Amino acid sequence: MLTRVRAFGAFWYDFVVGDDWVVAVGVVVAFALTYWLSHTDVPVWWIVPVAVLVLLPVSLWRLTRRGDG
Amino acid sequence: MNAGALFLAVFLACTVEAVEATTIVLAAGTSRDWRSALRGVLAGLIVLAAIIAALGPAVSSIPLSGLRLFVGGLLLVFGLQWLRKAILRASGYKALHDEEQIFRAQADAARAAASQNRAGVGDWYAFTLCFKGVVLEGLEVVFIVLTFGSNQHNLPLAAVAAVAAVLAVVGLGVAVRAPLARVPENTMKFVVGVMLTAFGMFWGAEGAHAHWPGQDAALPVLVAAVAAFALAIVAGLRYLRVRAAAPSDVAKVV
Repeated sequence: MLTRVRAFGAFWYDFVVGDDWVVAVGVVVAFALTYWLSHTDVPVWWIVPVAVLVLLPVSLWRLTRRGDG
Repeated sequence: MNAGALFLAVFLACTVEAVEATTIVLAAGTSRDWRSALRGVLAGLIVLAAIIAALGPAVSSIPLSGLRLFVGGLLLVFGLQWLRKAILRASGYKALHDEEQIFRAQADAARAAASQNRAGVGDWYAFTLCFKGVVLEGLEVVFIVLTFGSNQHNLPLAAVAAVAAVLAVVGLGVAVRAPLARVPENTMKFVVGVMLTAFGMFWGAEGAHAHWPGQDAALPVLVAAVAAFALAIVAGLRYLRVRAAAPSDVAKVV
């Protein structure tokens, strides 16, 4: 039973998060920061694009370094 | 986003998934047993229908801003995954997705596996291979349709685009009875990765209460910007590969 629960969890982790958890965490942080700052007068539309500008190269660097590429 | 862009985005994304599922079914059917393979496809479609019946009403009852934040976040994570793989393939760091090679590997593995009669299915291996292929790839199709369709308040059009993509790919697969090697899958994955990333950024940020400059006009700008950024990374990685390979080439000549 425990093995099946683990397999179920592993499937959804792989389906949603994939092979680099840093991207998933970075996306959550970027949206949380956008939501938090949206209650102020600061424009917040740029936060997610900047996160993508950082996350994509970082993730590629991590994957090529560990030889997944 | 207009209806044409919604149709195109869903059609392209679902075509890629359908090509992968069709390759698996063709490999199992031609190398093992068509009857068991098609039963696996049918069982997979029944599971997918149950998931749609459960998820469809749930998704449409979520408030729009919460839905956009959740869906935008998932699309962005998915899009960055696709884009990363597409960039690595385009720059030569990862082997190109070759349906012919995948078909051969699947067919070889299928031939090597022992035949087993279980639960009234003549060939259990062919059945489970097709069942898994249809459920896993189909789940991605369902996700794409529900997220794109519900965000744009046009689930029927998203569903029509997905059905059109699946029918086109399956029809082609049945006609040629061979892997769909001529479908430009790597290019399509690159385009889909760009679209998922741009839509995920746009919807997710809107769901988090951001206001895009130019409102809906920001979406095509995001698509173009993500594409340009990804292509620039491909060019950079290719340059690094050539530069890294150069010293060893010189050593070979010497």
